Amino acid sequence: MFEIKYHKKISEISGPLILIKGVEGAKYLELVEIIVGEKERRLGQVLEVYEDKALVQVFEGTREIDLSETKVRFLGEGIKMPLSRDIVGRIFDGLGRVRDGGPEIIPEIERDINGAPINPYAREYPNEFIQTGISAIDGLNTLVRGQKLPIFSGSGLPHNLLAAQIARQARVLGEEEEFAVVFGAMGITFEEANFFIDSFEKSGALERSVLFLNLADEPAIERIATPRAALTAAEYLAFNLDMHVLVILTDMTNYCEALREISAARKEVPGRRGYPGYLYTDLASIYERCGRIKGKKGSITLMPILTMPEDDKTHPIPDLTGYITEGQIILSRSLQRKKVFPPIDVLPSLSRLRDKGIGKGKTREDHADLANQLFACYAKGKEAEELEVILGEAALTELDKIYLRFAEEFEKRFVSQGEYENRTIEDTLNIGWELLRLIPKEELKRIREEFIQKYLYPKE
Amino acid sequence: MKVGKIYKVSGPLVVCKGLEGSRMYDVCYVGEEKLIGEIIALSGDLTYIQVYEDTAGLGVNDPVFPTYQPLMVELGPGLISSIFDGIQRPLDKIREIAGDFITRGIILPALDREKKWYFKPLIKPPIEVFGGDIIGEVSETSLVIHKIMIPPDIAGELIELKEGEFTVEEPIGKIRVKDKIIDLKLYHKWPVRKERPYQKKLPPKEILSTGQRVVDTFFPIAKGGTACVPGPFGSGKTVIQHQFSKWADAQIVIFIGCGERGNEMTDVLIEFPKLKDPKSGEPLMKRTVLIANTSNMPVAAREASVYTGITIGEYFRDMGYSVTLQADSTSRWAEAMREISGRLEEMPGEEGYPAYLQRRIAEFYERAGRVLALGRPEREGALSVIGSVSPPGGDLGDPVVQATLRVVKVFWSLEDKLAYQRHFPAISWLNSYSLYQQDLIEDLSKKVAPDFIELSKEAMAILEKEAELLEIVRLIGKDTLSVNDRLILEAARIIREDFLHQNAFLEIDTYTSLKKQYEMLKICLYFYERAKKALNENRVTIEDIEKLKVRERIAKMKFIKEEEMEKEFSEIKKEIEECLK
Ligand SMILES: Nc1ncnc2c1ncn2[C@@H]1O[C@H](COP(=O)(O)OP(=O)(O)O)[C@@H](O)[C@H]1O
Ligand SMILES: [Mg+2]
Repeated sequence: MFEIKYHKKISEISGPLILIKGVEGAKYLELVEIIVGEKERRLGQVLEVYEDKALVQVFEGTREIDLSETKVRFLGEGIKMPLSRDIVGRIFDGLGRVRDGGPEIIPEIERDINGAPINPYAREYPNEFIQTGISAIDGLNTLVRGQKLPIFSGSGLPHNLLAAQIARQARVLGEEEEFAVVFGAMGITFEEANFFIDSFEKSGALERSVLFLNLADEPAIERIATPRAALTAAEYLAFNLDMHVLVILTDMTNYCEALREISAARKEVPGRRGYPGYLYTDLASIYERCGRIKGKKGSITLMPILTMPEDDKTHPIPDLTGYITEGQIILSRSLQRKKVFPPIDVLPSLSRLRDKGIGKGKTREDHADLANQLFACYAKGKEAEELEVILGEAALTELDKIYLRFAEEFEKRFVSQGEYENRTIEDTLNIGWELLRLIPKEELKRIREEFIQKYLYPKE
Repeated sequence: MKVGKIYKVSGPLVVCKGLEGSRMYDVCYVGEEKLIGEIIALSGDLTYIQVYEDTAGLGVNDPVFPTYQPLMVELGPGLISSIFDGIQRPLDKIREIAGDFITRGIILPALDREKKWYFKPLIKPPIEVFGGDIIGEVSETSLVIHKIMIPPDIAGELIELKEGEFTVEEPIGKIRVKDKIIDLKLYHKWPVRKERPYQKKLPPKEILSTGQRVVDTFFPIAKGGTACVPGPFGSGKTVIQHQFSKWADAQIVIFIGCGERGNEMTDVLIEFPKLKDPKSGEPLMKRTVLIANTSNMPVAAREASVYTGITIGEYFRDMGYSVTLQADSTSRWAEAMREISGRLEEMPGEEGYPAYLQRRIAEFYERAGRVLALGRPEREGALSVIGSVSPPGGDLGDPVVQATLRVVKVFWSLEDKLAYQRHFPAISWLNSYSLYQQDLIEDLSKKVAPDFIELSKEAMAILEKEAELLEIVRLIGKDTLSVNDRLILEAARIIREDFLHQNAFLEIDTYTSLKKQYEMLKICLYFYERAKKALNENRVTIEDIEKLKVRERIAKMKFIKEEEMEKEFSEIKKEIEECLK
């Protein structure tokens, strides 16, 4: 299929990069095939062309590549993903090649995995409420269709359980539409990947899933392509086949590390903590591929998962992610210690699209006010808790104590729920109102009077 | 014509040979697809070009076509209500041609070439004219009369001027410049990196009211002023910038989405046509120009987007309008500079930013100002510039924040702690400042009330005192405070929760006129004063005060309609008097 252009020799190897000299006509970002030894074929991509030289990153690593024997050939185009309806239910590797032993995909269309930016003028604003059945999300940090909402986690925290529960339970109320799950794994363990596959299988989502797997023991540089291949599949399903696609990408931290490795090998001026200065732009080229488009039925909702190194939210990976995504769900180790599941720390969590997805006709008229009030009360409760830790209970006023109690109950009854508990939005909001009954009425400043009348002490 | 050849491709940077004689900042078309690029460095026989489109697929020896023209914007009727990318290509037209995704090599004029505008001359030829003279006008939208001016760099004798319907390309008149005759059109071009000339700068004197209470009352910006909003993600930069675009007392609004989210631009596109200008009742979109170069669009065009925006802003300023420009976020612009600089292998400064970061930022904000415009009739225009800054981890030591603080006069510091408590706008009342307060005393006492600034100072003193007291409470508990101190805590709480806290998404709360801000603040302070008196005369206890019914009413002040203001506020005042008798 590819026209053979050149067989060249390599003049320099450095980390995951090789430099090829005496090239003519190499193109920026072109795909390269590297023939190692007798018959092993690896793929690479041109990162820079310069006079008669091409700098190539090798996805499968440079191990065993030598200067004299290894040959390369330029394939004349970028990395393309073959696409058809048949990708659904299949498993691919991190570069988008079939890895489940099944037949090759007979393409309807082939697309460059880098995609192209969605014209901002073509976007449709995401505003359809997705019920995940999880109160801390639905009630306070509501997910909407077409949103990019990452989970910021830490090693050992149950982000996988949470993501699987969301994938299992998420639905738009009152609609039966074609959906699909695209799962992109970057550098996670076999066990973790299996957990997801199992969970998809049990909920019957597996035959509606497309999996891209690059596991922990597989080539690290390949991870740079994995989310792009996954999103290329998602775009096809959403905007060509009208499906509602949920994309889960895990773990973005591994992706960023691969990027850092390339940057270091290129001796680029490093940004914060050694990550390249263009990390923001690079992550945006992934995250911004999600959304809705005017006149198209389908949508892409994106949940990247990342583990924050040292639980530090200001680390460049969560930091730059938060600057791009439409909010974040943050998991907390202290809630985990208190045996709260899911351990969602609602205060620093945020859904920026919440207000467009809730309210009358979508969830319920009182939703926004109630959520704002719950946030405010919980924040006060946490402050009281801090005060108690420093000064002891005696330092608390009556009101402080009320708030303290509220915070405890809130964590126990609102945030906590079972891994298989699927709460309706009504349930979630009602629990919220029940909790507010702990607070004196004149403190409820964030709620309009009419809703207090109607919901605080509803007449049976 | 000369054609260069590519020598190197590295991301958005292309180096080529064979373009000797090119000038800095000239535009080139790169490759067979004619991708748009701009020359950013020259060295020996090498020309360095930043390319405004994705460079994938370019290779050594591909052609480069010079234009010998700098990067320019088109200035004329058709700007208002439009949405452009960073190099002023109309995004709606791009969608018509290329579909929902932006593909490469699309060269499109910024202004519609087909649309006819009715031009009404305001002067009669023959007459001598100079750059900046207003010769006529076009009614562009129900909110904007577009003044047609002689381009700044032209002067001569106007020998013909027609009234009627014209496209932007059709000549509306003729002008004799020395012994050449030039056609005048409804539009002209101007290089984006060159400041548009004016007669002179004027000192700030009028408030740019924004309808945001914490801003107008405590940290106001002047018309023609500069301000920045730094803060970590989720602290409310974009929401407050949108609020300024919606409610600022300006005739023209330029909003630049610089390297941020696509959906935020969609939000503006959907909201602004629906929202009504508080003064005229017309849709806000009819005074707005949008520049959208979102984070996933090419990084070099992001670098250009702020210049495209500010040049358009200056153009409307020159007509004598008050213009505001919101750039969200200038950090993304700085990062674009950093990326290009890195590819040029320039010596990096702090955090990898180029050494000229400070200079570029200063030059950008320096293009703001209140000016006496060029040309006749004599007129004043103002261009106010507000930039968001997105420092890594919210750290204000970030070089972009620091460089910005050195030039702007207003600092609204957003804090994530406030955002977590859902106290919005999360502007820290302790760290923020405005250097315009002195300049605005006269204007404010005329527009609002003579004691407005006095009240604002009093309220701030209470907030500052609160911070001190809270420090004590944190160390030794509330019990040790005197009743007067406890009253201060209550008063501060009222100011914070019932005045400063303002929800952008609630209908009435979203915008508060200066007059209403004054009335609200007066109530807060009146309550404090009365309560203090009653307390000191032992007529009430602090516990009573904490539970007073009138406080619920004070809390709902923000939802009082502007029309019902007078009646409502005098009632509240009466009620305070009653219960603290
Ligand atoms: N004035 C406000 N009123 C109500 N909510 C606000 C306000 N400002 C910010 N918010 C909330 O904070 C979220 C983040 O604000 P945003 O402006 O997008 O932050 P940033 O641009 O700093 O990342 C918004 O989605 C909204 O929920
Ligand atoms: Mg923002």
